[in-house]
Formats: sequence, C-alpha cells, structure tokens
Amino acid sequence: MKPRLAFFSFACCEGCQLQVLNCEDELLPLLGAVDIVNFREAMTEKSEDYDIAFVEGSITRESEIQRLKEIREQAKVLVALGACSCTGGLNMLKNFQPLEEVRRVVYGDKAEWFDTIPTRGADQVVKVDYYVRGCPISKKEFLEVAKSLLLGKKPNIPTYPVCVQCKLAENICVFDKGMVCMGPVTRAGCDPMCPSFGNKCIGCRGLIDNPNVNAEKDVLKERGLTVDDVLREFRLFAGYSEAAK
Amino acid sequence: MASVTINVHEVTRVEGHGNIVVRAKDGAVEECRLDIIESPRFFEAMVRGRKYTDINFITSRICGICAVGHCTASLQATERAMGVTVSEQTQELRKLNFYGEQLQSHILHEYFLVAPDFFKAGSVIPLASSHPEVVKRALSLKKLANEMCCLIGGRHVMPVSLVVGGFTRVPTKKELMDLRAKLVAAGPDIDETVKLFATLQMPDFKRRTEYISLTHPKEYAFIEGDIKSSVTGVVKPMDYQKVVREKIVRHSTSKHTYSNRDQVPVDNRQVREELADADERFLPVSPQVLVAEEPALRESYMVGALARFNNNHKQLHPKAKKAAADLKLSAPCHNPFMINAAQIVETVHCYEESLSLLKQFAVGDVKDEPIDVRPRAGRGVGACDVPRGILFHDYTYDDSGTLTAANLVIPTGQNLANIEQDIRAFVPQIIDRPQDEVRLMLEMLVRAYDPCISCSVHMLDVKFV
Repeated sequence: MKPRLAFFSFACCEGCQLQVLNCEDELLPLLGAVDIVNFREAMTEKSEDYDIAFVEGSITRESEIQRLKEIREQAKVLVALGACSCTGGLNMLKNFQPLEEVRRVVYGDKAEWFDTIPTRGADQVVKVDYYVRGCPISKKEFLEVAKSLLLGKKPNIPTYPVCVQCKLAENICVFDKGMVCMGPVTRAGCDPMCPSFGNKCIGCRGLIDNPNVNAEKDVLKERGLTVDDVLREFRLFAGYSEAAK
Repeated sequence: MASVTINVHEVTRVEGHGNIVVRAKDGAVEECRLDIIESPRFFEAMVRGRKYTDINFITSRICGICAVGHCTASLQATERAMGVTVSEQTQELRKLNFYGEQLQSHILHEYFLVAPDFFKAGSVIPLASSHPEVVKRALSLKKLANEMCCLIGGRHVMPVSLVVGGFTRVPTKKELMDLRAKLVAAGPDIDETVKLFATLQMPDFKRRTEYISLTHPKEYAFIEGDIKSSVTGVVKPMDYQKVVREKIVRHSTSKHTYSNRDQVPVDNRQVREELADADERFLPVSPQVLVAEEPALRESYMVGALARFNNNHKQLHPKAKKAAADLKLSAPCHNPFMINAAQIVETVHCYEESLSLLKQFAVGDVKDEPIDVRPRAGRGVGACDVPRGILFHDYTYDDSGTLTAANLVIPTGQNLANIEQDIRAFVPQIIDRPQDEVRLMLEMLVRAYDPCISCSVHMLDVKFV
C-alpha cells in the first residue's frame, strides 16, 4: 500500500504548502508514489486515516494545541513544514510584547472575541520527527525529506552555517557590502537563496545546533548595531532561542 | 418552498480557513455567514518599532500566494512616506514580477482550485489520469510564471531582491531574453487555456454591487494608479479611507469593509455615462433606479478580477478583449461566478504585456543601480491591485526610519461582506435543489472569489501609544 500523506496548516501564510505545489516537475511522479488523503488547500476529500502528516503553521490558540495532538496520535511520522511550525517563525515576534496590548491594538474593545496564546512551534506541543526548515521551505529540501521518508532513510540536512554555502557559491560576502547578515549562525540548506540575490540572510531557517551566538552579536555590534538592533535581528526568526532574550 | 441548513467546515480548495454557515426556512434566509476562523497572527505587533528596511520582508509573510503583491505595496508605502522615487527600470522589473504573480495565482486558482468542480472531481489529482494534457499544461504554465518571479525576485514565495529604492540584484539581459523565448513558446498553452475555460458553463446569478479597483490613465492598472469606484469615481491612494471603512465582525477574525459613502458624493451622471456603452443585456436596473438602490450598495463592495474588468476593460490588450468575447464576458458583469472568466482574461493580458515589456528590455542593457535611500519621517500609502483585489499598505515612520504606525486593508477582507450578500441572494434561487447541490454551488461561489483568507485576517492597525 502506498504511504498516505496529509497536509495541515495552523497559523501561517500557507506559502510552504504552495512551495510543495511549486514542485511542478516532481508533482506527478510524487503523486504516483503516495496517496494524498488530506490537503485542504488543494482537494475536497478529507480523511483522518494517514501515515505521514506534514504540519505547517504555528500554534497560537488552545484549539490548535488540541488539533495538533490529535494529528500526532494518528500519524506514524510527523514533519514540521516551514519556519512557523519548526520554530514558531515570524509569528514569535508577537511574544515579545504584552499579549493584552497586542490584542487591544488590533481588535480594540472587541479583543475578547478573538482568542490567542503566545506563539509556539509544533515541537513545543508534540514530538516532531523531521523538520523542513525555512521561510518558505526550499523545494529541494522538501523533496529530499519526502524521498528519504519514502525510502525509509534519514534525510540529509546540513548542520553547518549558511556561510559555507555562500563561499561555495562564490558570493561576495554581505558584510563586505556594508550590510549585516545572520548567515554565520543560521543553518544552511537553502543554497543560499538570499545572499545569491545580493541580500543578507535573515535567519529564516533557524539557528544551527551549536551557534556561536556571542561572536555573531559582537560582529553585529562592531558594525554599528545597538543591543536592541541585535536582538531585533535574532527575534525575527530565532525568537524561540536563548539568544533572542 | 424548501428549507436548508448548510454547514461547510473549512471550505476546501481555497487559501486559508473559513466556514460557510447558511440556514434557510421556507425559502427565507435566516442565517448566512462566512465564518473566518483563521488564526490571527497580529502582524502589527511584528512591525512596530522595526526599521524601514525590514518591513517588506515581514509583510511579504502575510501570504504565500500574494507575497509579491504585499512586497510591492509595502515598498510603495515606504517609498512614498520617505519621498523616494524609483527608476523606470525598477518600476518595469517590479511590473514584470507582478505580472508573473498574477499569472501564477490565476493559473493556480483556475486550473487547480476551480476547474475540478466543473470536471466533477474533488481535486486536480484524479484529473492527472483522466485529463493528463490539461494538468500538464497547467503545471507548465504555473512553472513558467514561477520562473518569471524567481528570475526577478529570487523566488516567488517571499521575494528576496526587492528592497526600498530598487533591487539588490537585477536579472541579466540574457536571462530576460531566455525568459522571453520561453514565454513565446507558451503561446499555444495560453490559447488552449482560453478555449478550455470557454467550454465551462458558469452558474447564472446576478447581483449588482459596487466595484473598486486601481485605475491608471495609460494602462490596465495593477501596480500603480488611483482608486476607482464604479459608483463614486476616483480618489488618490492617500485618501483610501474616504472609500474604505473597516469594521470588526464577531464571526470573522478578518475585518469587513464597507463603502465610506458619506464622504464621497455620488455622481449619477458619471454612472450613467459608464453604463451608456455597456451591453444592455447585462443591465438589471436602469440608472434612474440606481439612486433607490443606494443603501443596499453601501453595505459591501467587490474587489478583484471582475471589479478590475468592470472598471478598466477598455484598457485591456486586444487579445485579452478577444478572450473576453470568447468567454462571453462583457462589462458591466454582475455575476460573481464570472470572476473566473475575468481571471482568464487577465491571464491573457498579463501574458501579452509581459512579452511587450520583455521586448523593451531587448533594447539596451539592464543596469546595476545602487540603492540610495535616506530615511525620514512621513506617511505613505501603497496601493496595488494584487490577484484578488486592491491592497492598501499605509505606513507612518519617524525620523530614524522606524515604523510607528501602520494599517493594512486586504482585498479578501474587502470581499467578505460581498460574499455574504451574494450567498444571501443566491440561496433562495437554488433552495429547491438537492442539499448536496446547494452546498456545492455555495462552495463554488466562495471559490470563484479566490479568497485568500490567511491574508485577510487583520494585519496592521497600529495606534502607537
């Protein structure tokens, strides 16, 4: 029997699911190897009978905690798809301000109509088996993880920082162009997308396992960033980490 | 007369999470809501106190499908706030990127999300076996549209190289010419797309509403222009709040909008002139009756492909006009199901305009233009007509280039009240059909609007304390 896949989304922009649909060349072969039984954005049929669950989006409501636990119960394998799910992503920025104020600012005196809790990534609620990181995910990495799952082997995910890929790509270092970059502490695996297009790395894939955070902060301060500026850089996509506090 | 209760939990084949709730008894609609249950992410909390260089990267993340649209409107708002003018080359590259996203979005929507209903399929997946040439064509066109965006912005979902004042990398001339060759080769696929969608029979339903879109004297407006209402005329982007008023609705995490009619005088003569050369068959009421209908019109309005078509159809590329004729779409059209037809027409238009733009790039060279932006205090409103409708980003900055206040009005948010009004008017017309059919028709109505629900859940309305 072909493995049954299901896609779920919580608080997110659904860009990572769109990236899956953007694998135009591989989509038909992939559909030949699996049964997609649940994918709200693309199909009407829904099923609670699946083997592999791809979860996009952060957990920002009580009801989402419950739903994610149900998905974990059902799925043999749970894959966090994209930064929002892997680490809480951009949505974590909300956590650095008082929640009541945040709610009031958007919904005014109707704030209590709409519930919200501090943002968290999927692995702060359930056990996550694999991560496809980035904001959005890299199509190549998604296919690597999907293929590995189908072959029953561990996906090959880099454990080194973005700088390594930048050097291999012969990019001019963003620091040499007068910008500041999160590349030195961010996990590689995106090719690297942003420096190859002349821009800085904003750290969307999250920190590597043993980042040299102090050195990075020193470098940023040497380039004229204040402590607040440095924290802002870390909070954008690494809001979950000690470094952002 | 029948009764019906419809509860569609998390409508499928739309972006984001919404429920359709309808209760009708003895032919009369008692309850009718499009519940928006999408989790709010509180983007305004995210951008408060952040530097102007960060803003478009954050606001792109409002939506995966319209990332380029948000990015472009965001940059416009910042640039207008700080008095930054971009070069013609930058504007043209942004436009090309924008066309790429329109193409990508419309093709995704029409082929993947809408078409399955007409083929009695739950998704495009079974069509891969029953209609392989159609699916292959859809994937091929979508891939090409994505390549357009990747070339200019680095990737479509969350562009990388678009910054305040210009680009961090511009495509080479060779890359643009390679793209042009690929686009030319895709011509037959575009023709086949029009042919296919001309065979699909849209349900027959009409409800007159107000149509709001961007407008520009020289082109079918997408990326810049003023705001045009089919009823009240034209205002500048900075004055968008004269036309748009937001309100919080209990069953929706997205704010609804309605026309701010008290502030803009209604000019019946202008409306009569507009209607004068419209196709008589599609006019449900005469201009004289328009005045009496005013209060109902004020409750909601429509944005998106059909609104743009109704307002600006004269400026379409000739081939797009021909496609409209093939699809039996003529202005003014009051059938929301024909938003689908309008999107196909715009697909042709954006395809042809992209070819023209690329032809211009064939002359001369693509220049590396260094970014030169000096932040200053100010307020600016960016207004773009993204695939689903007109989008406003309204930013205020202080001297250091830090964002202090922002408001976003999202196209899908602007359509929500109109969708509910449509459902309310449509249900009595189909209430005698089997329940399953009623449910499907309502889902198709919601799908026709191409809602982008994650986008619409309220983003930025900062009152800096």
